[in-house]
Amino acid sequence: MLVLGLVIGFPLLGFLVLLAFGKRIGDPGAGWVGTIAIALSFVAAVVTWILLLSKHAGQRTQVLRLFQWIHAGGFHVNITFRADPLSVVMMLFVTGVAALIHLYSIGYMKRDARFHQFFVYLNLFVFSMLVLVTANNLPLTFLGWEGVGACSYWLISFWFERPSAASAGKKAFIINRIGDMGFMLGTFLVFENLHSVSYSQVLPAAHRLPAGTAEAIALLFFLAAAGKSAQLPLFTWLLDAMEGPTPVSALIHAATMVTAGVYLMARLSPILALAHAASTTIAIIGVVTAFVAAMAATSQTDIKKIVAFSTVSQLGYMMLGIGTGAYVAAIFLMVTHAFYKALIFLSSGSVIHSLDSEQSIRRMGALAKLMPITAWTMIIAWLSIAGVPPFSGFFSKGSILEDAFGRNELLWVVGVVTALLTAYYMGRLVFVVFYGKPRWQEVTKGHEPHESPRIMTIPLIVLAVAAAVAGLLNLPYSGLRFLHNWLSPVFGSALVSYHLSASEKVLLPATDAVVALLGVVIAWRLWRNHSERKALEPTVLLKGWYLDSFYDRTFARGGTALAKFGDRVVDPTIIDGAVGGVAWLFRWVGGLGRKVQSGLVRSYLLIMVGGIVVMLAYVLVSAAR
Amino acid sequence: MSIPGSWYLVVAALLFGLGAFGVLTRRNVIVMFMSVELMLNAVNLTFVTYARMLNDVGGQVAVFFVLVVAAAEVVVGLGIIVAIFRHRATVTVDDISSLKG
Amino acid sequence: MTVLDWLIALPALGALVVPMMSLPPENQRLIRYFGIAIALVELGLAIGMAVAFKLHTSSYQFVTKVHWIGAFGIAWYLGADGISLVLVLLTAVLFAIAMFTMKGVKDYRAYVGWMLLLEAACMGSFTALDLFLFFVFFELTLVPSYFLISDFGLGASGRAAIKFFVYTFAGSALLLVGIVSLVFIHDHQTGHLTFSLPALMHTRLPKGTAILLFLAFAAAFAVKTPIFPFHTWSPDTYRSAPIPAVVILAGVMAKLGAYGLIRFNLELFPATSRELAWLMLTLGVVGILYGAIVAAGERDLGRMVAYSSLSHMGFIVLGIFAFSTEGLSGSTLQMVNHGIYTAAIFLLLGMIYERRGTLDMNKLGGLQKKAPIFAGVFILVVMGMIGLPGLNGFVGEFLILLGTFITHRWWAVVAVLGVVLSAVYLLWMYQRVFHGEAKDDRSFRDLAPREALLLLPLVALIVVLGVYPIPLLSRINPTTSAIVHHVASAPALGNSGAPQAVASIVTGGAK
Repeated sequence: MLVLGLVIGFPLLGFLVLLAFGKRIGDPGAGWVGTIAIALSFVAAVVTWILLLSKHAGQRTQVLRLFQWIHAGGFHVNITFRADPLSVVMMLFVTGVAALIHLYSIGYMKRDARFHQFFVYLNLFVFSMLVLVTANNLPLTFLGWEGVGACSYWLISFWFERPSAASAGKKAFIINRIGDMGFMLGTFLVFENLHSVSYSQVLPAAHRLPAGTAEAIALLFFLAAAGKSAQLPLFTWLLDAMEGPTPVSALIHAATMVTAGVYLMARLSPILALAHAASTTIAIIGVVTAFVAAMAATSQTDIKKIVAFSTVSQLGYMMLGIGTGAYVAAIFLMVTHAFYKALIFLSSGSVIHSLDSEQSIRRMGALAKLMPITAWTMIIAWLSIAGVPPFSGFFSKGSILEDAFGRNELLWVVGVVTALLTAYYMGRLVFVVFYGKPRWQEVTKGHEPHESPRIMTIPLIVLAVAAAVAGLLNLPYSGLRFLHNWLSPVFGSALVSYHLSASEKVLLPATDAVVALLGVVIAWRLWRNHSERKALEPTVLLKGWYLDSFYDRTFARGGTALAKFGDRVVDPTIIDGAVGGVAWLFRWVGGLGRKVQSGLVRSYLLIMVGGIVVMLAYVLVSAAR
Repeated sequence: MSIPGSWYLVVAALLFGLGAFGVLTRRNVIVMFMSVELMLNAVNLTFVTYARMLNDVGGQVAVFFVLVVAAAEVVVGLGIIVAIFRHRATVTVDDISSLKG
Repeated sequence: MTVLDWLIALPALGALVVPMMSLPPENQRLIRYFGIAIALVELGLAIGMAVAFKLHTSSYQFVTKVHWIGAFGIAWYLGADGISLVLVLLTAVLFAIAMFTMKGVKDYRAYVGWMLLLEAACMGSFTALDLFLFFVFFELTLVPSYFLISDFGLGASGRAAIKFFVYTFAGSALLLVGIVSLVFIHDHQTGHLTFSLPALMHTRLPKGTAILLFLAFAAAFAVKTPIFPFHTWSPDTYRSAPIPAVVILAGVMAKLGAYGLIRFNLELFPATSRELAWLMLTLGVVGILYGAIVAAGERDLGRMVAYSSLSHMGFIVLGIFAFSTEGLSGSTLQMVNHGIYTAAIFLLLGMIYERRGTLDMNKLGGLQKKAPIFAGVFILVVMGMIGLPGLNGFVGEFLILLGTFITHRWWAVVAVLGVVLSAVYLLWMYQRVFHGEAKDDRSFRDLAPREALLLLPLVALIVVLGVYPIPLLSRINPTTSAIVHHVASAPALGNSGAPQAVASIVTGGAK
């Protein structure tokens, strides 16, 4: 499986080359080096896929072992990578989308002072992401997991001169670290019970876990996934993450990194299958996140914030799929989401780029005529995410909702309401930005916005095609469920299939389609000629339910106060005070002794002689007795 | 007729007492120094006496040690006294109390 | 003579020669070169020792034993197992770098002399197998470090030096009492007066005595490490010591404490260690959290790193008293890792101080824009400290937490919070110093080639040990699993006879 090494190796090579010579290669050469590295990685991923395809369905798990990483006591970890149907799907869409976004970035980041550095981070990110999805043991997955987190930190705070960007990067890393506690503790529990952390050994042996332990492991890993995939209550960092350059938001905070949590859950499906309570919790948190974020998305005015809340909402859908055992549906949604959400971000980026970094939709409008490619690709993405047939979102979201219905009708109801909201808020975005009256004159100071250069529109078009037709990957007809057939050996018995009656099989997709169209129509009615409707944009939703300011007030400020208390009070007064008290005591005792030290030799002598007399007397008395 | 050993001891004790009295009462450092020498030699006498009485050569060996130490002490002590005299123009101990704690 | 004798003798001889090198001022740098040469030869010796080191055995290697003060059973008794080996390596690397770091010192003779003496003392402490010999070396580290801090430090270094000296010395006094008591108890039991560690391991101790002795030993090591609440000397000292000295203080001498805990507390009092594990684990966990919280409140970079060290050393203590091979190997590895990244961070802080004359975060800011390469190296080191997988801090931390989780689950669960907190204070610090717009127009020179060369070995080690720590782990593992076995198999403490035994010490065993 050497080619697997190439998939991971090319981005690493690109990273090292750019790190060493990036500055000399400069703009745009560094961008091309980065893009080519990722494109080669994509080619290698395709080769890997073909190689696996040529094998029998049961033998599609290949392992590449490099060297021993950590060993102590009974704990062994090797640097081993794994190519199986799941990781190949991840590899393909990660490298594919990443290659397109790299290409786009060459145009978007043009003339940035740190152009080459951007691609250094971006290549390192793709490398980490590939390690994450191909690792064959938990600690190595964790390496990729933290690696993407670190790259996300660097890229969010890429424009670190802005304090908000610097803070956003830090916040993203720290909140992810809260999740990482769950990852570490989960790994420990797995090791304690199964004496291994390698997927090859843990996953087949998962059934040996006691039920309670499996629940605990599932919840701990879900904590990690909730951090990385921005689920309640840890999603606030993703909104701030929009401080990064838009290609970063597209690649990391929409298409790939944030879906890592979903991937992790899918990877651990044999353990999840044992944990019913945990699965239910995941499903509920997923659907609530989807709803809460979609509500918040309806009131945002920053174009990237709308899309960010939309991402949180879609990730909630994926977690709903994970929680109901619909792993294939979750992965399917992840792939289609990668296409249309990356597209939405890149189109937004195109708009922002042409409006000199303006992000408020209040100051956009009527851009469809000036930026036709951007507008049309955005509309395709909107119809996809809204779930309008026959675009990809219709099939992927539909299969999630179907399984949710099979599990519990209430989950389905919330899911469908969220779908309505999705079609609505994205419609609002499209109408306010691309139609209505132009409101950007102040921003551009006279000159007209124009379509982005070809290097940026080509990725848009490719992604638009993918977003439109990706439904073909997994059509809900028996012979055409390609993704399902490809992935089902990985999940095996963990994959839950619900039996729906024939009428339900027709009615559920029909409902989805109707709801999607309804959302589109409502958006058209309300926002075609308006850019502002105070009644529909309440502050509580604009502020994201005040969750962030709540955290800021309690944890951030409380923590700072505690830290200052420790530094200014506990250490100098209590601990040093105790030590100082001892010192003072000695000084006091010494002060008593000082009085004897008169400095007069004769008084010393007198004391000495007195001492001799006393000792002699003692000796004589005791001898006489 | 030989003089009994205890006589020597009595002489030594008297010498020692004399020396100790001198050290305690005199203020001149040089006289105090001589008194200390007196005490040392009283001890030497005791050592020799006991060496003789107990037939143990160890006492006489100890005397050699004491002599050497006393010689060294004289060198260092007189050196210090000369240094102090140069500095202060006095050898009265009560005037010298700079080591007061 | 084995390589261990040379490891100690070479810098000691160097320290004797240096004061005699009275050279004219323009040739002062020859003294520096002499120090560097000795440190490099020492590094070569240490690497040769690591290569020649036999794997798969937990016994002491390169043993040398010469009777020294026969009447008291004191011997020049040296030997190295896996733990000693990696710490000797760390010492050699960091001293070589510290020697290179010296710059702009007025009196090179004193400086190099003290550094060489300190190196000899550290090497001796890590390899001594005779308790008396260990104590001599352990104390000998204090003298040079006192003078290095007080005579060459920044700001109020005299006061910090005294604080450092008094704290550590108070601990050492207890250690001496503990050593002598143990030796006499052993003598009383076997009629064999010896300070040799392997012999003393078989002393049978009544419960009360064992606990007292354990605490006496632990106190000395807790101050040196430092373990909460014996840490307050460290922020002052790290803040005001000169950079090469603080590299050694935080990088090497802090490890003396943790090393002592393993070598003496665990090996001499295995059952007591089990008995008192809860106490040490709790102090470790409190140190992790408390250090991290206070570090977040610090404005001074040097003090912040001192508190972060308290937090990181808490992890090491946790691993030591987890009594699992994973935890103990992790702690040993983490000692090396902590030494490396602490040395790197202090070198970087030294460079900031050199350029700006302050380490106050509020007076710095926006440095990344002015010095991108400097910032890049800095963030790499910071990520190593945070424990990013792929860098060195992770491996040790992960093993420690894993090992603790297996044996003492709830301590590990609380300690994991430290992983989050370290990201909080370190990234906050980085943001305040490097991010944002610059506060003033003063320039900030990027890394000079000389500085880059100085940092290169450390940065390379941070990456290499994060990806391929096996060369160290394979040398550590046999020793740690033997120690864990030793602790686990020791018979539990009895309850009888405690008062008599203590009484017999007090009366000199005369019955």
